[in-house]
Amino acid sequence: LLQVEQVKLLDRFSTSNKSLTGTLYLTATHLLFIDSSQRETWILHHHIAAVEKLPLTTSGCPLVIQCKNFRIVHFVVPRERDCHDIYNSLLQLSRTAKYEELYAFSYNPKQNESEQVKGWQLIDLAEEYKRMGVPNDYWQLSDANRDYKICETYPRELYVPRTASKPIIVGSSKFRSKGRFPVLSYYHKNKEAAICRCSQPLSGFSARCLEDEHMLQAISKANPSNRYMYVMDTRPKLNAMANRAAGKGYENEDNYSNIRFQFVGIENIHVMRSSLQKLLEVSGTRGLSVNDFLSGLENSGWLRHIKAVLDAAVFLAKAIAVESASVLVHCSDGWDRTSQVCSLGALLLDSYYRTIKGFMVLIEKDWISFGHKFSDRCCQLDGDPKEISPVFTQFLESVWNLTEQFPQAFEYNEAFLLQIHEHVHSCQFGNFLGNCQKEREELKLKEKTYSLWPFLLAEQKKYRNPLYNPDFSPELTLLEPNTVSFNFKFWRNMYHQFDRSMHPRQSVLNLIMNASEQNKQLEEDIKELEAKIKQRNGRSDVVLVKEQEQTAHPALVALKSPPCFQKEQPPMPVNDAVRTIEGSNTADNRYSELVSEFSKAEPAVVSLEYGVARMTC
Amino acid sequence: MEFAELIKTPRADNVVLHRPFHLAVEGTLCLTGHHLIFSSRRQDNAEELWLLHSNIDSIEKRFVGSLGTIVIKCKDLRIIQLDIPGMEECLNIASSIEALSTLDSVTLMYPFFYRPMFEVLEDGWSSFLLEQEFELLSSVTNEWRLSCVNKEFSVCPSYPPVVIVPKSIDDEALRKVALFRHGGRFPVLSYYHKKNGMAMMRSSQPLTGTNGRRCKEDEKLINATLRSGRRGFVIDTRPLTVAQQARAKGGGFEQEVHYPQWRRIHKYIERFNILQESFIKLVEACNDQSHNMDRWLSKLEASNWLTHIKELLTAACLAAQCIDREGASVLVHGSEGTDSTLQVTSLAQIILDPRCRTIRGFEALVVREWLQAGHPFQQRCAQSAYSNSKQKWEAPVFLLFLECVWQIHRQFPCSFEFNEHFLVLLFEHAYASQFGTFLGNNESERAKLKLPQKTMSLWSWVNRPEELSRFQNPLYEANSLVIWPSVAPQSLQLWEGVFLRWNRPSRFLEEAEEERINIIKYNKELQAKVNALRRQLAEMETDGEVQGEE
Repeated sequence: LLQVEQVKLLDRFSTSNKSLTGTLYLTATHLLFIDSSQRETWILHHHIAAVEKLPLTTSGCPLVIQCKNFRIVHFVVPRERDCHDIYNSLLQLSRTAKYEELYAFSYNPKQNESEQVKGWQLIDLAEEYKRMGVPNDYWQLSDANRDYKICETYPRELYVPRTASKPIIVGSSKFRSKGRFPVLSYYHKNKEAAICRCSQPLSGFSARCLEDEHMLQAISKANPSNRYMYVMDTRPKLNAMANRAAGKGYENEDNYSNIRFQFVGIENIHVMRSSLQKLLEVSGTRGLSVNDFLSGLENSGWLRHIKAVLDAAVFLAKAIAVESASVLVHCSDGWDRTSQVCSLGALLLDSYYRTIKGFMVLIEKDWISFGHKFSDRCCQLDGDPKEISPVFTQFLESVWNLTEQFPQAFEYNEAFLLQIHEHVHSCQFGNFLGNCQKEREELKLKEKTYSLWPFLLAEQKKYRNPLYNPDFSPELTLLEPNTVSFNFKFWRNMYHQFDRSMHPRQSVLNLIMNASEQNKQLEEDIKELEAKIKQRNGRSDVVLVKEQEQTAHPALVALKSPPCFQKEQPPMPVNDAVRTIEGSNTADNRYSELVSEFSKAEPAVVSLEYGVARMTC
Repeated sequence: MEFAELIKTPRADNVVLHRPFHLAVEGTLCLTGHHLIFSSRRQDNAEELWLLHSNIDSIEKRFVGSLGTIVIKCKDLRIIQLDIPGMEECLNIASSIEALSTLDSVTLMYPFFYRPMFEVLEDGWSSFLLEQEFELLSSVTNEWRLSCVNKEFSVCPSYPPVVIVPKSIDDEALRKVALFRHGGRFPVLSYYHKKNGMAMMRSSQPLTGTNGRRCKEDEKLINATLRSGRRGFVIDTRPLTVAQQARAKGGGFEQEVHYPQWRRIHKYIERFNILQESFIKLVEACNDQSHNMDRWLSKLEASNWLTHIKELLTAACLAAQCIDREGASVLVHGSEGTDSTLQVTSLAQIILDPRCRTIRGFEALVVREWLQAGHPFQQRCAQSAYSNSKQKWEAPVFLLFLECVWQIHRQFPCSFEFNEHFLVLLFEHAYASQFGTFLGNNESERAKLKLPQKTMSLWSWVNRPEELSRFQNPLYEANSLVIWPSVAPQSLQLWEGVFLRWNRPSRFLEEAEEERINIIKYNKELQAKVNALRRQLAEMETDGEVQGEE
């Protein structure tokens, strides 16, 4: 344990060099800073993306830490020697060589063994396929990959058309990158249409594979309501064509019967990585002007990519819901863009995935089980930086955009998405460790680590959207987002989650959430009070109570009573908890930049310095 | 003039109305002197559209065979399309609309003809008198007085008849100062900060000219707002270079030698045609659904609209900062003192004064700092973003102010008594209205037009309880503090309620808003009920005890 006193924590955006002084501690798992007013800042070592030592200044040695959850902290350590020690320790602690050294393997949430086992059983994919309606007359569970013999990065249990025999599966898998042959991702029971996923075919310029052609035909025929199927290549056409030179490529429409081939143009992981890098550079700029922000946002391409992902999902969902056509989705390896498009498509089609539990299932299915390489993409171990990419972050951002357009369609709120994002990178739970199911089994994660989901469920109160209306869209009706460009916004609460000065000072969401929680408690209180009154007064008072019930507004009837509420805490009094206005001081708000601005014109200017005003109303 | 002369075809059948996100409707179109009325003939879902001619910003017509199409673009930014069978009818209707929407005489405007269908509970024309404002002020300080020097609008044509000035300055001095300030707009009190007794004054530029004229009375007037030994700030809304150039035309700025106790800060706020252009560009960008992401973002950037918002908010925060944090008095002016000056003084009050965040208080602010202060509404709001006329004096100055209020509202959603609809309402009525409130360019013109006698005030209508309830913010809880907004670009947003209002389906957002209101209302009901039951139980318990004792 390393401990350094008199460390300054600078405000990231303040130009007045405002800082908090305190003590910095390094534990085995966290960096901890406690300021003079005993406020604690915890940073998990696994969250650290980069540490940088800046040139020595008069006040000490600056150390900038960038985190994967977009927190950036700027310390000034008085002695260079200490700074150097912290720097080296952090470099070591944040770069892990072996899975077994990750936090999840030491994290102990005080659960006993059976709770741990139950926690891992919370999400059951076999159950999920049953919910979708498979197996059925057309689809069956295949045991072809039971021992990961055909495809190492797929799960053991895969659903395929009944007419796809083992030789077809084997043949098709040999014709697909990494053996990722077409399998079922989502089955729409009303339309009898399926979302299937795979990787690119090894077609080169002219190669064919009869088994693969049969495989697609089998998928097509497993849909009695439509003869043709779509094959969506989620890559830009140019990239797909370039792949042909390497013996890979895309389906030739002439070789497959009844397919409609479509490119949708989502860029690859490298483009996405540098796009996010640009976005962060822009949003991290001090004293940013509106036009620099907007042109930076444009140049980063980030929102363009988000729109491309969502456009693809809309295309997919419409093919299923409107045309009842099955769709086969792939990209190159079929674990990045394919996961994005399949999961978002299903989210648009099926309201189950818009519930808290359903969203967990969706992530388990299309991301975890189908081998999205969380370890590589999130850099869990010290590895190839070219493998890092914010593919899953984009998925969450797309979902967030949908929640903005359909505020009543989702059971979960923004905090839920942010919390999942936090834990994808935290390596505190076992769910996202490793790159595929085979690897996870080898690591014995279910014995050695805990699942995130039961913990999120236990505190679901925090993640519940108070506006959620389960009847918003009846089961299996399509959510049709408007993807005109102006609907896509910069996700401030993700990229500036920790920059409180940029947030609204009063949160409508928190206020409504608290009121909604409090309403449940009040309803209970009323029942209790009425019972007491009744008990006390005998029957004579029943009339009185009834009368009072009627005086309550008629609007009351229209309000649904939200399901299963855990009554463990008294609801927070609205006034104290919510009306605290944080960081509401002028220095935070960067008008102070003005001071320097006008002091340029006229040197004799007074320096406007302000203290922190904590406002409570 | 008879309106009938302008209406050759008063009625057309089988007209088809197209609006974005609505199915096309067939119905009958009627033209009256002040309205375009469209009513569908469908029995099951009869709907009527009433459009004020004065709300029409521009119209375009085109023909396919004998079917004519008129595209009407409104000042509230809505665009509708009417398909009218018959070339002659279509031409007639188009020319009527053109003529009726560009009447040049104010007295022909609808407010002079409008007869309200509601009972007037309170005459809005006398709801916000400066005398009442002064009474409030007198209860906390006696350093100010009410001056009637401008009674006949003779000292300053764009000022109201009464103004508040430092007590130590007599009317004679005011007359002299008026001669030293552009348009006679001598410094008057805009806001008094009770917390520390600091004042915000506003005026127009001093007429120093090239040879540095000075006016002792002017110096004395603004120095009267200073505490001994303390300095004040002059916030000039022009860049230094522009202020310097203004001297050549007889204008100028307060020079250090003559105003040693004042620090001058130049905080540039864009004006007139630049703003109008920006407005037009932004609306253009928002109306094109086909823009890809890059194009949309670059159009949004090129419009510069959000830059203006940021600059304006920053200037207002600066003024508020000087008063609240520096404990200094402030004088705000640009050139004429009728546009950017008022934006800054009114926004600073939103930040500083909790009263301005109530409905009544906000109305009073609009009356005091915009209408009475002589913002030329009639010129600025003559046309909106679709006009081709591009007159120099048209500019969305008031809209920018409203949007800044909205931006602050978003950051402090519980600190305002009114909701977004209230701001949108003011935007609409500033551009086209059945009420006389925003007619005329200043109080003098309004008096000449006899607006209070001949037209209805917007406030008479809006302050009726049944109307008011639509504009109340259910989340409001009085917040007595100064509210400092964030001006970081990441904290600012496009005002979708105005600019995307007609360009996207809004049903889900509206329903969600309703649900929010329901939850809050329900919460209040439940709390009231719990309290009532507790009281009842407590009473029963004490009764029980009394009985027990007996």
